[in-house]
Amino acid sequence: MSDIFLGMPAFPRAAKAAVHNPTLRANLRHATHTIRTKRARAVAELDDWDRLREAGRRIKDHTLRHLDTYLEQLEAAVTRAGGTVHWAADAAEANAIVTALVQATGEREVVKVKSMATQEIGLNEALEAAGITAYETDLAELIVQLGDDRPSHILVPAIHRNRGEIRDLFARTMADWGRPAPDGLTDTPADLAEAARLHLREKFLRAKVAVSGANFMVAETGTLVVLESEGNGRMCLTLPETLISVVGIEKTIPTWRDLEVFLQTLPRSSTAERMNPYTSMWTGTTDGDGPRAFHLVLLDNGRTDTLADEVGRQALRCIRCSACLNVCPVYERAGGHAYGSVYPGPIGAILSPQLRGTTSEIDASLPYASSLCGACYDVCPVAIDIPEVLVHLRERVADQGGHRLEQAAVKVASWVLDHPAVLAAGERLAARTRRAHPARPPGTKAWTESRDLPELPAEPFRDWWRKNRT
Amino acid sequence: MRVALFVTCVNDAVYPSTGVATVRILERLGVEVDFPADQTCCGQPPYNTGYRRETEPLVRRTVRAFEEYAYVVTPSGSCAAMVRHHYASFGDRAAALAPRTYELSEFLVDVLGVTDVGAYFPYTVTYHPSCHGLRALGLGTGPRRLLDAVKGLDLRELPGAEECCGFGGTFAVKNPDVSAAMGRDKVRHALSTGADVLCGADNSCLMHLGGILRREGAPLRTLHLAEILASTEEEPWRE
Ligand code: SF4
Repeated sequence: MSDIFLGMPAFPRAAKAAVHNPTLRANLRHATHTIRTKRARAVAELDDWDRLREAGRRIKDHTLRHLDTYLEQLEAAVTRAGGTVHWAADAAEANAIVTALVQATGEREVVKVKSMATQEIGLNEALEAAGITAYETDLAELIVQLGDDRPSHILVPAIHRNRGEIRDLFARTMADWGRPAPDGLTDTPADLAEAARLHLREKFLRAKVAVSGANFMVAETGTLVVLESEGNGRMCLTLPETLISVVGIEKTIPTWRDLEVFLQTLPRSSTAERMNPYTSMWTGTTDGDGPRAFHLVLLDNGRTDTLADEVGRQALRCIRCSACLNVCPVYERAGGHAYGSVYPGPIGAILSPQLRGTTSEIDASLPYASSLCGACYDVCPVAIDIPEVLVHLRERVADQGGHRLEQAAVKVASWVLDHPAVLAAGERLAARTRRAHPARPPGTKAWTESRDLPELPAEPFRDWWRKNRT
Repeated sequence: MRVALFVTCVNDAVYPSTGVATVRILERLGVEVDFPADQTCCGQPPYNTGYRRETEPLVRRTVRAFEEYAYVVTPSGSCAAMVRHHYASFGDRAAALAPRTYELSEFLVDVLGVTDVGAYFPYTVTYHPSCHGLRALGLGTGPRRLLDAVKGLDLRELPGAEECCGFGGTFAVKNPDVSAAMGRDKVRHALSTGADVLCGADNSCLMHLGGILRREGAPLRTLHLAEILASTEEEPWRE
């Protein structure tokens, strides 16, 4: 993944600041609870939701099992339709391919459709280094870009900002990037949207090159699909002369018909809409209609490694709906930035350590960034058992021997628990000396900083049983 | 009917009164209770923290202690969920224990078919369902029906009941700030009900919430479901 997240502090430390920031807490709480309630309503409308969810799971699992075949089929179909397919093993390769393609057009700027894959590889930064400016055109991504900020949510990247903050940002920064914000801009949603519309319009009309991702790639036809709400994506997908799409290999589905499932589950899970306002689909190039050149960059960047892990591979089923973020109690308090990745929340906690490995401090801490409450698994439209993968990744982290003290403590505890006589002696000793225990014994700060310890009983249960029932 | 009580390590060492209450309820309903003395811990804490190897001896011990019983009853949703959902990955003998292990309310409602256990508890109560009870075991309305049938008890709806309290085992100490923030929100909701008692079916969650309540000097105490159900007019609950 891109370098901007390297060196992130471990999750607990990064989360601490967010937890103690009342504005951020309020913004996140309001936003996640609103969308959470709406999603529940939208899903409850369908009496076959469980079957749709199971169908989605199966289509994805089937595709992943035969990914080699479907990718070749996809490549052939895209090529037949007039597109060019490029294969990128990692972020650096993908960035180099896209940069060279843009340079070949002679252009110095591109407009961008909201895309997770290009953020994952840090494409904007790579283009900038080559003297090419990338303009984000999704409203929330625009807010993030203008604020020189990082996205904190998959679907609503500026979820951590409120209207007042956005108004100030537009007024201050739009002029540096193009058309300035209108005078006397208010913080009403309509005014903010109009300011963004005017600012972006000149970019759409000028741009010769667009960069996108895709929600789905249909192997049988070579069709790419983007779902969006604003129509800005469609501007980028239709107006420029050259379109470059960077897509993770796991976004493949076998047939056109499979879309039937996901076009129902994705909008309801993500924006709580029955149907999203804009669904754009394109197959290669078409004479006299839309871009004249189309390039598809197929991105691996850790995905085949993830696929090799029997438990972890289910993370590749993800359709990036964000439902798991919106119900996650940890995300709600820690915010997206603490996850140190473009993929925050529960899905980020299982995806980033698989795509990037568990060696960095932040990646080794992500599998523990969950109380395992299971709310994410309940809402996931492709039934990814996120708690199961989290525990699996914790085993990986524990195995690499990072937490030596903890490992030693667990070994001792397990040994004691496997020796009931020792355990009982310990319990009795603790019970007998309980009056002398300090309220905050050394080594318990993580607990006692915010919580009292329970008072110990006069005797353990096993002694009560021995005296009263045997 | 004979059942084995799996009291759990936390209840044994810290909350023996929950174990005693469980015994009293079951015996009152005519169930014969055994306490296999070889039992300790189901292995959930090391398992959830990523220490599968260290979990294995605990799983083996639990299986040996309980496998001769047709019913194993435990006053802990999370330990029941550990056995139910994760024991299968430790081999056939462990897998065989899974369908015979019941969380207390589940055993009362689904196996014995009772919701009125003859309890008396003249206090205002709100119930936190806990993630393992709610999502992992799918306990549904069972615990609330049991509480509804308790004489003298005034049950208040807990806002945001389905949300995690922030305990999460080692999560509570690995991510103390987020954990405490979640706990404080849960406590705020519980206080808003005006209840005297915050009830739950998992003492680990209650240990975390009770710790916050005591630290904040809040006028609300935590109590395990079993202790409410064990309380009768003849022998009412006492501290
Ligand atoms: S893991 Fe599931 S719920 Fe989360 S974003 Fe992916 S598809 Fe949506």
